Amino acid sequence: MVSIQNLNKAFGRNQVLDNLSLQINQKGVTAILGPNGSGKTTLIKSILGMTIPDKGTITINGRDIKKDVLYRENLDYLPQIADFPDNLKVKELIKMIKDLRNKPARDETLIRFFGLEPFLDKKLNTLSGGTRQKVNLILAFMFDSPLMILDEPSSGLDPVSLIRLKEWINMEKAQGKIILVTSHIMSFVEEIAENIAFLLDGKIYFNGSLSQLRTKTGQEDLEHAIASLLLPSTPLRDRGKPPLRSCPAPNLKL
Amino acid sequence: MIKLFSHITMVFFLMTSVLSAQKTEVCKTCEISTIARAVEKAKPFDTIEVRAGTYKEYNIGITKPLTITGEGNPVIDGEHKGEIITIRSDNVTLAGFTLVNVGTSYTTDYAAIRVVKSKDFNIRNNTLERLFFGIYLEKARQGKVLNNTIKGDAVNEYNSGNGIQLWYSNNVEVSGNTVQNVRDGIYLEFSDNIEIRNNKSIDNLRYGLHFMFSNHDTYTENLFENNGAGVAVMFSKFIKMRDNTFRKNWGPSSYGLLLKEITDSELTRNTFESNTQGVRAEGVSRMTFTENDFANNGYAVKIQGACYSNTFSRNNFLYNTFDLSYSGRINENNFDHNYWSDYYGYDLNRDGTGDVPYRPVKLFSHMTNRIPEAIVLLRSTFTGLLDFSEKVTPVFTPPGLMDNAPEMKKIIW
Amino acid sequence: MLKIIKYSFFDLVRSRWSYAYFLFYLLLAAVLLFLNNNLSGAIITLMNVNIILVPLIATVFGVMYHYNSREFTNLLLAQPLKRSAIFTGQYLGIAGSLSLSLVLGLGIPFAAYGLFRSTMIWNFAILMITGVALTFIFTSLAFNIALSNENRIKGFGYAILLWLLLAVVYDGIFLLLLASFQEYPLEKFSLAATVLNPIDLSRILILLKLDISALLGYTGAVFKQFFGTSTGSILSSLMLLLWIVLPLWRMRKTAERKDF
Repeated sequence: MVSIQNLNKAFGRNQVLDNLSLQINQKGVTAILGPNGSGKTTLIKSILGMTIPDKGTITINGRDIKKDVLYRENLDYLPQIADFPDNLKVKELIKMIKDLRNKPARDETLIRFFGLEPFLDKKLNTLSGGTRQKVNLILAFMFDSPLMILDEPSSGLDPVSLIRLKEWINMEKAQGKIILVTSHIMSFVEEIAENIAFLLDGKIYFNGSLSQLRTKTGQEDLEHAIASLLLPSTPLRDRGKPPLRSCPAPNLKL
Repeated sequence: MIKLFSHITMVFFLMTSVLSAQKTEVCKTCEISTIARAVEKAKPFDTIEVRAGTYKEYNIGITKPLTITGEGNPVIDGEHKGEIITIRSDNVTLAGFTLVNVGTSYTTDYAAIRVVKSKDFNIRNNTLERLFFGIYLEKARQGKVLNNTIKGDAVNEYNSGNGIQLWYSNNVEVSGNTVQNVRDGIYLEFSDNIEIRNNKSIDNLRYGLHFMFSNHDTYTENLFENNGAGVAVMFSKFIKMRDNTFRKNWGPSSYGLLLKEITDSELTRNTFESNTQGVRAEGVSRMTFTENDFANNGYAVKIQGACYSNTFSRNNFLYNTFDLSYSGRINENNFDHNYWSDYYGYDLNRDGTGDVPYRPVKLFSHMTNRIPEAIVLLRSTFTGLLDFSEKVTPVFTPPGLMDNAPEMKKIIW
Repeated sequence: MLKIIKYSFFDLVRSRWSYAYFLFYLLLAAVLLFLNNNLSGAIITLMNVNIILVPLIATVFGVMYHYNSREFTNLLLAQPLKRSAIFTGQYLGIAGSLSLSLVLGLGIPFAAYGLFRSTMIWNFAILMITGVALTFIFTSLAFNIALSNENRIKGFGYAILLWLLLAVVYDGIFLLLLASFQEYPLEKFSLAATVLNPIDLSRILILLKLDISALLGYTGAVFKQFFGTSTGSILSSLMLLLWIVLPLWRMRKTAERKDF
């Protein structure tokens, strides 16, 4: 259970999170969507404790995250960019993270699941982007934590691996976990997410289930539903190019 | 005429006396068992032979021409009571003794052997230990001090004496002696025409060799090592310094050779090695520095001011921290034709001398002359950069101070 | 934190930079000792390396490591670890591995040369102590700069500037002050100015151990007297320690407040 109260964060004069409040109680996947610069990453990083908010509180399972770092014991995070120390072999990296977390891990199952066996003895800097992302996924899923935050999990994956990833996420969902996902591939979000939290200009613009969103916007297609959230006045029935809004001009690549 | 006459009488006198000379033996079991008694009984030009043993005697006064020799290294022990032997007569030879335990006094300069107002003395092959002053020549002349070994145990300057001291003495030869652990190894004051050759002066508290107000003297082939302050030549003229070695005179106020107020002298073929300052010159004029080796010194040559018309040529400056330190803006000395290990110029016309002049004064050493405290920046990156930039475009160092014809190869002499 | 030290340390120990650094010292010391055959001269040359190169390498390495391991750091930040532990661990890891390269690189040739039987061992020891201290000092300064500057170019710029300031400019200002206050007694001032800058302090500590200290003359005698006393050695160790601890303290504070 994640509870965010009145979160404020500014970088210089740029107010990124503006009195944002969000409750995520429901199990399953919640997709955090929003245009670039809407504060998604800042929000995720605040939950992870990597960004220190100016104001507001975040509690996870009733514990204020400012108080201690141990809440991260029960949290798994998949960073957006899979960059690792160059000199390490895949095997060593996994061993290291296991060593740091000091928890039982299901790394072997995951390695088999994503077919990473041939790469275990390779150094990380020799791996392709997709393979690195698989390593990234293994590190994130390894500890079976009740809360997961996945930042662009599908990036760089080939179709087979993407299917595997979806399978795994569905399996995790079945175990009743809370999973936060950001992605700009709407079809992917549509397939895995039950809930959508839509951010705009540092505020929660929409928070509800996928079906609620469809009902609200009258759009079947998620991409269009989101677009019409942004531009309620513009009819979007015709599948044309995303229209431009004059001011402010959020990039519509979600 | 009178002089010639006196010479003839002397030769005559000598001949008769040698013919009539007698030999007296001294030993513990002999008829005469003390040296003082033998001296007292002897006639002029007699020979006294002293056998091995220890003779506890002091204040032995010799007032007639005598040859006194030790056989089997007899020891005369002064038991710290005063002077041991005082010579007040011409033609005295003293050889083969070990003299120990000279008395120490703050009012009288007791010596192991003193020569007073006499000539033609010959002091040789003696060993002096536990002494105050060693051999003290007072207004003596035309004598020889040869192959003696003087080994002191000086700790403080104020209560120790000098190894060999010459005071108002002329035409004396001092050679083959070894002097160590005294205040000044060899000390000359108001003494002219002295020849000092082939001595070793080591581990002395103050100077290995010290000249004051003495002219026309020569010292050659001596070794001066690890003395408190090295060799000092002060207020003197016409001194020849050749083939000596000045080594390891190392300490904050130490140097190989201190030249102070000295003119018309020469320094030739000497070796200065590992001294804090090889040569330190103050008020030196018309002097030539030729064919000397300066190796691994802190400062090879330090010129402290008022030095004019000196010529440095054919010297080797090898791996010194500073080749030359010079205070003052104007240079009146000549530094051409030396070899500098720090010279990185070239010789395109192959005449053996570099085509670019060498500037031996580093900017940093120039600065420490003006601001002594700046020395704490020794070997810092900043001063390295300063020296480099000054080398490329000289601004601060005296403009004329350079070797216009630096040698490309080390000079062999 | 121990685990982070371990990982940062081994990460660096295995990098080719570490090897290059180690081999450089190995080669330098070996050439100096076996071709020159002059222990005292070798130590003076190594001192010059010590006061120029060691701080520079530590600065550049520190900044570089911080920027290059940003994603890895992010990975660590998401783990249940304290931030101060992460950065202190990384810092100790990198400073430790640099020190190891230095100590082994110089130590092996010296040991082979037979240093440990000679009286020069204390000179060598002071060389090593100051070298390691400078590595720790400049790595912590570098970490500070890197943490406070997201922009790599800026970070590198400031780091080099800081090195230049302490290694060169400081002495220039020092000399300038000495020149402008010539008529006053300057021993106390130069002593203070030396103690305050870790590079100058290291240089003087080494110089005083060597014969060359005789060149320092009267000022040197004052220095020798000061550093010879227990107050002097305690003060200089304290100063070196302060140069490590203060930036480290600031680094931990910055890290606690920083957004990643």
